[in-house]
Amino acid sequence: MKRFCLLIGAAAAAALFTMVPTHAADSVKIGILWPLTGNAAAAGQASKAAAEVAADIVNNAHPELGDLPLAESAGLPNMGGAKLELVFVDHQGNPSLAQQLATRLITQDNVNVLMGAYQSSCSFTATAVAERYGIPFMVGESAAGNITGRGFKWVFRGTPIASDYARTYMRFFADMKRQGRKIDTIAVVNENTDYGTSVADAIVDEAKKADIPVAARIPYIANSSDVSAQVLQLKEKKPDVVIFISYTADSILYMKTMKNLDYEPPMVIGDDTGFSDPSFIPAVADVAQGAMNRSAWAIGKPGSTTYKINEMYKAKTGRDLDDTSARNMQSFFALADAINRSGSTDPERIREALTKTDLKPDQLIMGYQGVKFDNTGQNILAATYLIQLQDKKYELIWPDNAATAKLQWPMAGWKK
Amino acid sequence: MLLVQVIVGGLLLGAIYALFSSGLTLIWGMMNFINFAHGEFVMLGMYVTLLVVVWLGGGPATFGFAAAFTLFVLGVVVYLSLIRYVLRGPMLAQILSTFGLALLLRYTAFWVFSANFVSLPQTSLSGTINIGGVLMPVPQLVAGLIAIVLTVGLHLMLTRTAVGSQLLAVAEDRSAAMLMGIRPDRMQALAWGLSAGAAGIAGALMAIAYPWSPSVGETFGLTAFVVVALGGFGSVPGALFAGLIIGLIQALSAFWFGPIYKDIVVYALFVALLWLRPQGLMGKA
Repeated sequence: MKRFCLLIGAAAAAALFTMVPTHAADSVKIGILWPLTGNAAAAGQASKAAAEVAADIVNNAHPELGDLPLAESAGLPNMGGAKLELVFVDHQGNPSLAQQLATRLITQDNVNVLMGAYQSSCSFTATAVAERYGIPFMVGESAAGNITGRGFKWVFRGTPIASDYARTYMRFFADMKRQGRKIDTIAVVNENTDYGTSVADAIVDEAKKADIPVAARIPYIANSSDVSAQVLQLKEKKPDVVIFISYTADSILYMKTMKNLDYEPPMVIGDDTGFSDPSFIPAVADVAQGAMNRSAWAIGKPGSTTYKINEMYKAKTGRDLDDTSARNMQSFFALADAINRSGSTDPERIREALTKTDLKPDQLIMGYQGVKFDNTGQNILAATYLIQLQDKKYELIWPDNAATAKLQWPMAGWKK
Repeated sequence: MLLVQVIVGGLLLGAIYALFSSGLTLIWGMMNFINFAHGEFVMLGMYVTLLVVVWLGGGPATFGFAAAFTLFVLGVVVYLSLIRYVLRGPMLAQILSTFGLALLLRYTAFWVFSANFVSLPQTSLSGTINIGGVLMPVPQLVAGLIAIVLTVGLHLMLTRTAVGSQLLAVAEDRSAAMLMGIRPDRMQALAWGLSAGAAGIAGALMAIAYPWSPSVGETFGLTAFVVVALGGFGSVPGALFAGLIIGLIQALSAFWFGPIYKDIVVYALFVALLWLRPQGLMGKA
């Protein structure tokens, strides 16, 4: 009996002992909306895995991850080691479902903050719910311009958008000019739906500010059976750089047609999409050597923070981390950083902390110049790396401090 | 010089259209039957080509023949297993049956080959010929020549051979043809085989020039119907002629007005022409 009492006492003491820290450190609930089924399920699932890796980095001690905020400690240090708790919901790419689920996360799951939602259309509706209830919403990677700029107080966006990409291209051009390369005029070729038009508009705008004449702007209808007219027009205008905003089939057809019509500008830049499609490189690697593309994510050299994070992601999923999921992961880190600084689960205090976010480049996993939100909630320091097709893969070639390979200029195209 | 290049490019594109459409016009002419699955036949021809090149390392002669033969067989099978039966049904059933077949083939291809774009590795037909500063991509050039050969061949076969006469006789009057000892089923199966075989050849040649996915039939399908209607229902030389005209107009309008206007110009002219001449350029009224 005495022994039994002792056992009970020890168990009670142990229970008390283990309870103390969990009691002191409340968890913070993050509601995350992504398309986990449906057309964009692959992207949603990849991002979910990225968020889980990010939560692991925050919740457990990872001193090996260098300057990354919150990696070193277990949990959120300002909140007694409180853990992040993720609640995932699947909006299937349906904006009205995203709206309902955002409401449910706030009213029933009592989440402290929200994040999502991949498709711009879903981010658009879900953020409106967050605004109504006064819950901070971190838009991970949706790019449509109109998500921010509606006068919302509670919406923040970590990812670069069209105008950021455009500014990055201009900074690259300025850099090239300083190195004595000739960029007198550029041309913009875009497919004419929302995506192509908005990116092309942004590029033309920024080019005007940077005082780089746009020799030709050529909109066309996606999935063309023939792009000779566009290529011949470029051939006539002789721009120094051609920027393509094109989907897969057209991107491949452009590269092939340029070879057929013996047209090779000094440089071609593809704005992601078609140029990033897995079928692009096998189809045109032999005729598009040196073609450039963008990506804000780079695995980096072995031993670097990004390399280690990629290894963690790979151990979980069997794949390398991609640009989309990595941008979501960065937004997640920025959100966690703000929650920690607020030292609270109170939405208003987290919102205030978000407005004061100021992450430096060495605290990021992405090629941004920082994370700092303007009064619309957009990250004004978002940017991207530029990559170049060399042999059979893309190499990071700009900016110089992150580059893993030397820029090839002019592009070699099909000439060996 | 640039204008010459645009014109040559337009004619070469037109040749591709003509090639794509030749099988379609054949079925239309033979059976008054619209084959909505024609674009999917071409798509299958492209995948047969890819498989032959990648697995067997075959050259253009091999994959051209393989695509034509495979599709010929498919055409006959489709006729015997589907078309023969729906011909007895109402007109709408006939139209919708090939529409259903098109979707079946397209989504089966999505399942088997995935939605990713593929393209053919470099073959001996890749490359460009330079004639006096005018550049002609070899695949398009060969496609153009084959389109002409195919058109002339089909035309001669229909007008100069016994088989052709029998095909036309069935098209003209099925019962009368039967009384003359012609077996309409056999003739129409042959027509479907020839049409699908032509689609196979078109697919083999287009595979050299274009990246494609299972939905490639959509990109060219609409143009093919316009080519056939403009050329005149069932007229094989009409399809060649119409294909060249549409390619040329598209190229010139894209060059002069910009690529987003080219289809507006083409279809405006098309509607205007049908208004004046509903039977098409070479069709019989």
